[in-house]
Amino acid sequence: MVDGETLDRPSMAFDQRLSLVAGMLQRFTWEQSELGPTRTRVQLGGQITIDDAAALWKRISETLIHIEEGLQGIEVELSRVDRLDGACMALLVQFRTDLRQRNVRCEFVGGSEEVRRIVDLYGGRSRVRQTRAKRRPVSAIAQVGEATLSVIDEAKQILDFFGRLLASTVHVARHPKRLNLRDVGLTIERAGADAAPIVLLINFLIGFVMAYQSAAQLKQFGASIYVADLVGVSMTRELGPLMMAIIICGRSGAAFAAELGTMKVSEEVDALRTLGFLPLPFLVIPRMLGLILLAPVLVLMADAIGICGGALVASLALDITPASFLIQLQSAVKASDILSGIIKGTVFCAAIALISCQQGLATTGGAEGVGRRTTSAVVGILFTLILLDALFTVLLGVFGI
Amino acid sequence: MSKPMVTVRDLCMGYGKTTLLRDASFEVERGDIFVILGGSGCGKSTLLRHLIGLEDPISGTISIAGMGTPRLDGAAPRFGVMFQSGALFSSMTVGENVAFALQEWTHLPLEAVDAIVRAKLALVGLEGAESKLPAELSGGMRKRAAIARAMAFEPNLIFLDEPSAGLDPVSAVELDELILALNRNLGLTVVMVTHELESIFKVGKHCIMLDRETRSIIARGEPQQLRSESDDPRVRRFFNRETSVPQWQ
Repeated sequence: MVDGETLDRPSMAFDQRLSLVAGMLQRFTWEQSELGPTRTRVQLGGQITIDDAAALWKRISETLIHIEEGLQGIEVELSRVDRLDGACMALLVQFRTDLRQRNVRCEFVGGSEEVRRIVDLYGGRSRVRQTRAKRRPVSAIAQVGEATLSVIDEAKQILDFFGRLLASTVHVARHPKRLNLRDVGLTIERAGADAAPIVLLINFLIGFVMAYQSAAQLKQFGASIYVADLVGVSMTRELGPLMMAIIICGRSGAAFAAELGTMKVSEEVDALRTLGFLPLPFLVIPRMLGLILLAPVLVLMADAIGICGGALVASLALDITPASFLIQLQSAVKASDILSGIIKGTVFCAAIALISCQQGLATTGGAEGVGRRTTSAVVGILFTLILLDALFTVLLGVFGI
Repeated sequence: MSKPMVTVRDLCMGYGKTTLLRDASFEVERGDIFVILGGSGCGKSTLLRHLIGLEDPISGTISIAGMGTPRLDGAAPRFGVMFQSGALFSSMTVGENVAFALQEWTHLPLEAVDAIVRAKLALVGLEGAESKLPAELSGGMRKRAAIARAMAFEPNLIFLDEPSAGLDPVSAVELDELILALNRNLGLTVVMVTHELESIFKVGKHCIMLDRETRSIIARGEPQQLRSESDDPRVRRFFNRETSVPQWQ
């Protein structure tokens, strides 16, 4: 019937339809007359379909606003209605509910057989269901409070997960045969080998841009050669591990959260447990181990390619030969710079695995839940990366590394 | 007399602040096909999740084969479970799904595992489906494969969550016949959750009925007997498919 109606719908000019939808034009009649001192009749007529819903709702709202004191009943007469569809009937039922809440009786009378069917189907003759309580707007302070509590709750859950993960890691260390080596290899391949090209490209460009931006400034002071120090130290200590972690977060963090989230909502995680496999040692530890193992390699690659980018700019824009660049680099970059970058990168990767897997396994609901948790994982990881980076900067500074 | 396969005593379960079932006690005898039934939202599947150890009860005890509360603590499976959606591992083939627990918990050579997988798949009528991915199977085939996976470790107890839900009538009947055959020929104890009347009468030997309003077991016994003899209007309404929704003309 719906299809038929859609097919039967007469073609209308765009502006006419726009007017109908906006409630500025109506194709039906709404005549109000007094039946007595306490009763009113609303005589409806013509076509009342989804296109007329806006106009009908407008009339209903106006009628509700102008209800006089002492009115006891409204009779909605439908005998002149040629056509009535479900959407408009729903609005009329809502009209009746609103009237009854004001102690005004309302009934639908008359109507062709087709119209009566719609009236009956939408509860026109039966009892009125309770309307849902209106949602009260939440104040800004309450919203901030709720958001804060939810962040604290989320942090607690991650810490709880971290604790359980540590206990599980100890168990796996004692029983190494229980480790799911297949997933370790798969993680190294997907998050490492597959991510290598993008890590190389991004870090090359970062080194290139950094050198290019600083070249002009350094040239003014005749300190062009220090571009090697700038690129070398910032790539190894800061940007190499950070950019690598951001790429791993975008690729693997999101993938872990979505993958585990989908497994959770499709009961695969429950099925694993019933077959004797616990999610932490079987799903989480292999992914974390895979990322931890590949982190030093990716960080070193990121450092090297970033420095290459810087060397290229130095050679092209500052006339510094690669040999001079290398000699200057050797004096500027210490082993501790590279080591601190590797430690940072490894901790970043562990944090990525921890948060993404925790979010994935906390997924509830269907596809929407997976999407929500994946977004939360990526946002949470990015926030944590910056936080950890700041923490590392302070700690490494304190220890003079 | 042998001990019951499943014993539930004074079980109180729920989630968050919601209680779904209070003081429920029942037993499932060995070799029984025990059906947990009730309307939508009454806690049938949640009860099943408690029975298999996926959820912890608020109070009360559950004992499987006299061995105490089931704990999913990373040990070899003591019973088989088929989830409502089948829950096959989507990244593995059907054969790998069935072989999964066998490879982990036995020290059988690969050839022996393959032979068992082939036999289990033949048992559920899925010969030759070893190399297919779950996404390539129909709903009914996926549920059969899930039963094969649940049967892989030779359990004497299997839990089925809505086995015939979402299947066409022919597939549903085939699945019911498979459950009956497994029970008859292997002496397998089956605990299943369903609200499909055809399945209940065809395979169910005993059943309990949960009620959402009273959060309790409102009927227990044989399905046919309950249908014909129960005085409880809620039970009669369920078995006679009476509805409280107005009948449309």
